[in-house]
Amino acid sequence: MARFDFGPVRVLDQAGNVETTLPGFARDREALARHYRAMVLTRQFDTKAVALQRTGRLGTFASSLGQEAVSVGVASAMRDQDVFLPSFREHGGQLWRGVTLKELFLFWGGDERGNDFSGHRMDFPACIPVATQFPQAAGVALAMQAQGTGGVAVPVGGDGATSKGDFYEAMNIAGAWALPVVFVISNNQWAISVPLAAQTRAVAISDKAMAAGIPGGRVDGNDVIAVRAMMERALERARSGGGATLIEAVTYRLGDHTTADDSKRYRNEAEVSAHWKAEPLVRLRAHLVQEHGWTKEEEETLQRSCREDVETAAEAYLATGLQPPRAIIDHLFESVPEDLAQRFGEAGYE
Amino acid sequence: MNELTLVEAVRLALARALEDDPRVILLGEDIGVNGGVFRATDGLAARFGADRVRDTPLAETAIAGIAVGAAAHGLRPVAEIQFMGFLYPALDQLANHAARLRNRTRGRLSCPMVLRAPFGGGIHAPEHHSESFEAMLAHVPGLRVVVPSSPARAYGLLLAAIRDPDPVVFLEPKRLYRSVREEVADDGAALPLDRALILSAGDDVTLVTWGAMVQEAREAVERMATEGVLVDLIDLCSLKPIDRATIRRSVAKTGRCVVLHEAPLTAGLGAEIAADLAEHCLTDLLAPIRRVAPPDVVIPYPRLEDQYMPTAGQVVGAIREVMEFS
Ligand SMILES: Cc1ncc(C[n+]2csc(CCOP(=O)(O)OP(=O)(O)O)c2C)c(N)n1
Ligand SMILES: [Mg+2]
Repeated sequence: MARFDFGPVRVLDQAGNVETTLPGFARDREALARHYRAMVLTRQFDTKAVALQRTGRLGTFASSLGQEAVSVGVASAMRDQDVFLPSFREHGGQLWRGVTLKELFLFWGGDERGNDFSGHRMDFPACIPVATQFPQAAGVALAMQAQGTGGVAVPVGGDGATSKGDFYEAMNIAGAWALPVVFVISNNQWAISVPLAAQTRAVAISDKAMAAGIPGGRVDGNDVIAVRAMMERALERARSGGGATLIEAVTYRLGDHTTADDSKRYRNEAEVSAHWKAEPLVRLRAHLVQEHGWTKEEEETLQRSCREDVETAAEAYLATGLQPPRAIIDHLFESVPEDLAQRFGEAGYE
Repeated sequence: MNELTLVEAVRLALARALEDDPRVILLGEDIGVNGGVFRATDGLAARFGADRVRDTPLAETAIAGIAVGAAAHGLRPVAEIQFMGFLYPALDQLANHAARLRNRTRGRLSCPMVLRAPFGGGIHAPEHHSESFEAMLAHVPGLRVVVPSSPARAYGLLLAAIRDPDPVVFLEPKRLYRSVREEVADDGAALPLDRALILSAGDDVTLVTWGAMVQEAREAVERMATEGVLVDLIDLCSLKPIDRATIRRSVAKTGRCVVLHEAPLTAGLGAEIAADLAEHCLTDLLAPIRRVAPPDVVIPYPRLEDQYMPTAGQVVGAIREVMEFS
C-alpha cells in the first residue's frame, strides 16, 4: 500500500551524473546555482558557528554538516503561503525561507530575538523537544484548510523522532482529516549515539506512513534535485486536497550530534569517511561543472561571497547588545499580568 | 431568567463564542455527534458543523499540539480533554510550546488556545477519572489556569479564556456539572481572568478555595455564622495568576487564614498562598495559616473516596483552631 516512491529515489549519482530524467527546474543553470549557493552558505554558517562555540562566543550548536541538501531541497520546493516547522538542524531551510544569518547566530547564541525572524513570519522557530513539531504542523494545516490559504505545513524531524508517539499521532490525524501536511524526516542515521538499526526494525522510515494510510516516499537526501522534486509532488498533492505525505530523506550526519557531543565515543571514523564520498555539495558541484561549465572562478567567487556574508553576520551578532532585563517578563503574555510585574520588582530584578 | 447547570453554562459560553468569532473551533474526543462525555458540547456540532466542532482521533498529545499549531496560525481553538487524568500527554505541548511560543518568538507568534478539562473527585468515577493536579499546571510560566465554581462564573470565565490572547487551561469541577443551578444571562459578558471573588464578607477569618470545594466552604461559612464567626470567603477563580492582592487585603483585615483544596497537600496551591501571606502579611497574622487538604495519597477508588475528600466539618475544625489560637 501507499508507497509514494521507494528507492531511495535519486536523480544525480555520487559523481554528479544524471541517473534519471532531470526535473524542469534542474535544467536551469541559475536555479541550480541558487541551490548550490544555499548549501555552501549553510556549510559556511555551520563552520563559523562551530568555531564561535569553540571559542566561547556561541551556545551549544547542532551542526547540519552533510545534511544541507535535505534542508535546502525541502525549503526550495515550498511557497510563500506554506509554513515551515523545522527541527534544530534545518539551518539551510531556514536561510532559504528568509531567516537571516544574524538571526540564526542570535538563536544559537542564546537570544530569543533570533526567533523574531525576517522572511516567513508564520514559520515556526526551531523545535527543540524532539517530534513535538509534528502535531503542531497538523494544527497549522487545519488552520490553513479552514482559512483556505492553499498553504501546506512542512515539519522536519530526524530519524529518532519517528520513534515518538507525537509523530504517529500527527500522521494519523493528518491522514484521517486529509490535512495539507508534508512530513519530512531527515534520516541522518543517528540519534545522538543511537544508530538507526537500534532505533527501529522498520526497513524504511517511509514505511511508517502505512500505519496512517498516507503515502510514504524515500529519497536520496544528498541529492538536492531529487529532494526538491519529490517535495514538489507531495506539496502539489497536499495543495490539491490529496492530503498528507511522509518523505524520508536518507542522508548522513557527518559531524557530531552537537558541539557538546563527541561521536568518537560511539561510531568509528571509517564509517564517517565512507559517507564523505556521498556528501551533497560535491555532487551538485560536479554536476554543475560537467553540465553547465561551472568555472573555477565562479566557484571561488561563490565561496568568498558566502564567507563574507557569514563573517559580516557573525560580527553583527557579536555586536548585538543584550536585551533589557525586563525582556524576561515582557513577552510571556500579550500584556504583563500585574502579579508577574510585581514579583519581578520585588525580587530585586529592577 | 435562565437557571442553568454548570455544564449548560459551559455549553452556552461555547455556543456564544462559536457564534461571535469565526476563528473559534472546538476539538476533542466524542465532542461532535455525541456532544462530549459530559454533554458540554451537546448540539453544537449540529448547529455549527462538524468542521468547527471536531471529533478528533484518540490522541491527547496531538489534540494539544494541533491546538498550538492552529492557534499560532490564526484560529482560536478550544480543545477538550475528556478527563483531567488524561491530560498528562498534553502537558508536553502545554508547557514546552503553548506557554512559550510568544516568549520564544518575542511576540511574533502566539498561542490563543483554551484547553478544557473536567477535574476533581466526588462523583465516584472510575480510577484516573478524579484527579486534581491543578498545581502542576499553575507552576508552568506562561499558562493561565482558571477554575469556575458556579454556572455564571463558568460562563463568564470561559468566554474570557477564549477571548484571551494567550493559552488558558480551563478546569471544570465536574462534581458541580449538574448539582448546582444558577441564573446565567447569555449576554456575552466575560469576567476578568485574574481576579478572585469574595463570595461572603466577614471580619474574623479568611477562607480561600476554588472549584467544587466552594460548596464545602459555603457550608462551613454558614455553620461558623451560627457560632458568631464571620468568614471572608474567597473563590480564587484564577489559579494562575493568583490575585494575591485580594487575599492579602482580606488577611490584613481578619488576621487569620484557612486554605482549602481537594488536591493533595504537598506543593499544592495552599502552600503558595500560605507562603505569600508569610512573606507579606506576617505582622497581620494572629494565628498560623491552616491548610485543609488531603494527605499526599492517590485518590482512592470510589468506595473509599469519601475518606479522601475534604469536608465542611474539617473546614469548621480548622477555622475554630485558628480562631482559638489567640
Ligand atoms: C523529547 C526529547 N527527548 C530527548 C531530547 C534530547 N535529544 C536532542 S536531539 C536527540 C536525538 C534526535 O535524533 P533525531 O531525531 O534522529 O534527530 P537528529 O539529532 O539526528 O537530527 C535527543 C535524544 C530532546 N531534545 N527531546
Ligand atoms: Mg538522526
